[in-house]
Amino acid sequence: MFEFPLFSQSLSRRDLCKVALGGTLSFMLPGFDLQAAQKRGPERRKSVITLWMGGGPSQLETWDPHPGTQIGGPGKAISTVVPGLQISDMYPLLAEQLGGMSVIRSMVSKEGDHERGTKYLKTGYRPEPTTVYPALGAIITHEAPDKGLEIPQHISMGNTQFPARGGYLGAHLDAFRVPDPGKNIGNMRSGVGDPRQERRLENLNVVSQAFRRGRTIQTQKTLHQSTIDRALTMMSSEQLQAFEIEKEPAAVRAAYGDSPFGRGCLVARRLVEQGVHSIEVNLNGWDSHANNYTGHQTQSKILDPAFATLLKELKERDLLDSTIVLCIGEFGRTPKINPLDGRDHWPSGFSCIVGGGGLKGDTIIGETDPTGKEKDPTEPVRIQDLYATILQKLQIDFTKELISPIGRPLALSDGTPIDKLV
Amino acid sequence: MPASARNWILACLPAGVVALVISLVAWASSSPLKKTEPIPVLQNEDSLNRTVDQVDQFFTQEWEERELVPAAVADELTQMRRLSLALHGTIPSLEEIREFQAMSGGDRLERWTLKLLDDRRFADYFSERFTRAFVGVAQGQFIVFRRDRFKAWLSEQIQANTPYDELVRKLIAGEGLWTGDPETNFITAAVADGNLDRNKLTGSTVRAFLGQRIDCAQCHDHPFDHWKQTDFEGLTAFYGQVEVQVLGVRQNKKLKYEVEDRNTLETRTVAPQVPFLNECLPEEGTLRERLATWVTHPDNRRFERASANRIWGLLFGVPYIDPVDDLPAPTDLTQEAPDLLDILGQDFRENGYDIKRLIQIIVASKPFQRSSTTDMVDAEEIQRATRAWALFPLVRLRPEQIIGSMLQSSSLKTIDQNSNLFMRARRFFSEIDFVREYGDLGSDELNDFPGTIPQALLRMNGQFARDNGSASPFNSVGRITSLDISNDKRIETCFLVCLSRPPTEVELTHFLKQYESASNQKQREKVTEDLFWALYNSPEFSWNH
Repeated sequence: MFEFPLFSQSLSRRDLCKVALGGTLSFMLPGFDLQAAQKRGPERRKSVITLWMGGGPSQLETWDPHPGTQIGGPGKAISTVVPGLQISDMYPLLAEQLGGMSVIRSMVSKEGDHERGTKYLKTGYRPEPTTVYPALGAIITHEAPDKGLEIPQHISMGNTQFPARGGYLGAHLDAFRVPDPGKNIGNMRSGVGDPRQERRLENLNVVSQAFRRGRTIQTQKTLHQSTIDRALTMMSSEQLQAFEIEKEPAAVRAAYGDSPFGRGCLVARRLVEQGVHSIEVNLNGWDSHANNYTGHQTQSKILDPAFATLLKELKERDLLDSTIVLCIGEFGRTPKINPLDGRDHWPSGFSCIVGGGGLKGDTIIGETDPTGKEKDPTEPVRIQDLYATILQKLQIDFTKELISPIGRPLALSDGTPIDKLV
Repeated sequence: MPASARNWILACLPAGVVALVISLVAWASSSPLKKTEPIPVLQNEDSLNRTVDQVDQFFTQEWEERELVPAAVADELTQMRRLSLALHGTIPSLEEIREFQAMSGGDRLERWTLKLLDDRRFADYFSERFTRAFVGVAQGQFIVFRRDRFKAWLSEQIQANTPYDELVRKLIAGEGLWTGDPETNFITAAVADGNLDRNKLTGSTVRAFLGQRIDCAQCHDHPFDHWKQTDFEGLTAFYGQVEVQVLGVRQNKKLKYEVEDRNTLETRTVAPQVPFLNECLPEEGTLRERLATWVTHPDNRRFERASANRIWGLLFGVPYIDPVDDLPAPTDLTQEAPDLLDILGQDFRENGYDIKRLIQIIVASKPFQRSSTTDMVDAEEIQRATRAWALFPLVRLRPEQIIGSMLQSSSLKTIDQNSNLFMRARRFFSEIDFVREYGDLGSDELNDFPGTIPQALLRMNGQFARDNGSASPFNSVGRITSLDISNDKRIETCFLVCLSRPPTEVELTHFLKQYESASNQKQREKVTEDLFWALYNSPEFSWNH
């Protein structure tokens, strides 16, 4: 019968987990890399932070304003620190921080539906019924797992209807979801004191042992125990502190803004410092079929301080060179303003901001037609091209083919890197 | 009447009304739809037994040829758990276990199967499974698509045992409003952005009913199958005259199906045509009626084979041929011996496409009864045996099955249509919340992926586990603690309630120690809670075995 070696002594939570892991698969767990947080500059492995604008923001009220034209609406433009780059005047803080970032104004997609558009934009592949494609974060995790992490490597913050998925690479690569960042990360506390948790784990071992009899190999394959072990490791990990923002100075928290998105951006910076490589922060509310302009004013008050402070802090901490920041939604909005003062879905010719992580900065790619008549912009950039660019910068061979469950070879991305950015 | 009395009456009136409403609702909701059915008497079904024998012979021969020694027969309680999970999406209740144990006769598992199939929970659970296969999990465009109605309709059909071919024909050829004729939601599920995506309809029709994936052929000739793009277009043309408008799903004979040629960029009209078995396509009827008849034609063996493969998959958690919707072409039976899907398919066809009968056959045959334990120690051997169904596979339970089991184990009585409204509402909402948090497997649910860390955290520390695993006077943790029974019996009851088996000697000794050192009721409660926690988190709880 299985006996706990240290049963009678008092144990810390961390020790307890180590004991719980003994005799299972703990030898497969990596050594703890406590140095990740200290690394800076080129020795740091690269991360990606995606600021996901759910609902599809209007390019005209964000990064591609056309003031004074018929399609421009009531909006005005302001100059930014990037020479020649003007963005909507609703983003004064961001205008100061965009140095080194680039704007693509010619994203083109063929998906005008929220769900399909989101899937395309999060995976780089147009959705199809027989294959669930993995999201960018899942690809990064799959191709470059980080042995030093005790917390998930693929994290999605804020509420979202279509979170980043592991797709055919497996549900274990689904983004770890934190619906209310900075508040709590859900189910991380055992709910009972240490002595009882100790007894519970011991009980679990006894019951699991009984089940293993005659099924040793099959149960190992289920990864049930190793999943529990990893969950316990996470519960007791020092790295969990990355999710906590109470100790951040009040001024910093205020600068990000007291919104789930603002807190999410702050946590994202902390996660990057901890060595997490793929983070998504969600901001919904961009589906402006009515009252487009006022809707964007509301959204900008959340996005502007959070995005600007994130860039500022990444620069101050020497992290922007190793962190790609991408701000994008599933599509843009029509140049035409509808009778409800809104703009409808427009997948051809929308904008994103991307930069950091060694990408060429201060670049403006593509132009949309100021009259709104031409459907496609100049220098169109496909979604897969954007992802090929990002993957290449992360030193992941995006042409590498994986075999999907139906035996079909699929490249990580079938795009071509964007010359102007690499 | 004195004023004070009047005041009293006035004061009591609202309370009285409330009390009346509460008791009426309680009465209405708790009054059973029908009393528990007596356990059915098994008809002497010779033809059914003959097919079971045929299936058994098929596997005996397979195992012999592959030099595999099949695993022993699993004990009856294990089989009972498998049946409940497969047919009701939950583990059996203590009440059901006791009822089963009180039955006598060598055929009690067969009779128990019939009882489970008659239970409304079977129709409800299977309708969700079918709904996923037919229209997926997306809620779609609310105005024209009502998934809830569709599922309820399917449940009615399953409960009434509508022949499966008839059911499928209604789906393909149905007309009317999505609310009044819920089968038409099969069509309206393909509406996106205000347009009917006919390609999607073709893809799902062929995948769901014929077990073939021809979606690739939508854009190009299939890379490694014989499907051509023209096959896809020809099939899609059968949906060319369907219209979704205010009055519902209608045929419009004036419509022509046109596609844009990818090379010339010119539009051309496509005539409806089937890729094989042209002789099964009737001349009469609307385009969709003709397609429906062709899909379900008795000579179209892909239909019966795909159905058998799907039902097999739902019972084991893994389809006989994986993936469930990509089967090899049927072989020529005059040249080759029938395989399993041919045997099951033939019985299905010859007996009125009776889903319940097909299930009875599968669960009565040898593979479903194999134990999941083995003396084999070589991983490859074990895999070989599992693939040949000589060893019952370990399959991760679906989220609904896990929450269903958790809820059931928190009650000693069966949670079903006879339960009170509170119980049923709790099950309904808990299931939705839990499945969302646990991660829905979507329509891809017969693919096996390992569990995730958030799922482990949810099981260990989540609200659902806390609610169901903390002692209260109303749940099993509290009841088992306070019952005046021996500690041995207490432990046994916990194990039966959660794992549908008695504890082993080692387990019994382990937990007895804890109960014996608990000096009062409060401490005993904690021991039971900790025991339940371990059972909930054990692999045995969340895997089918």
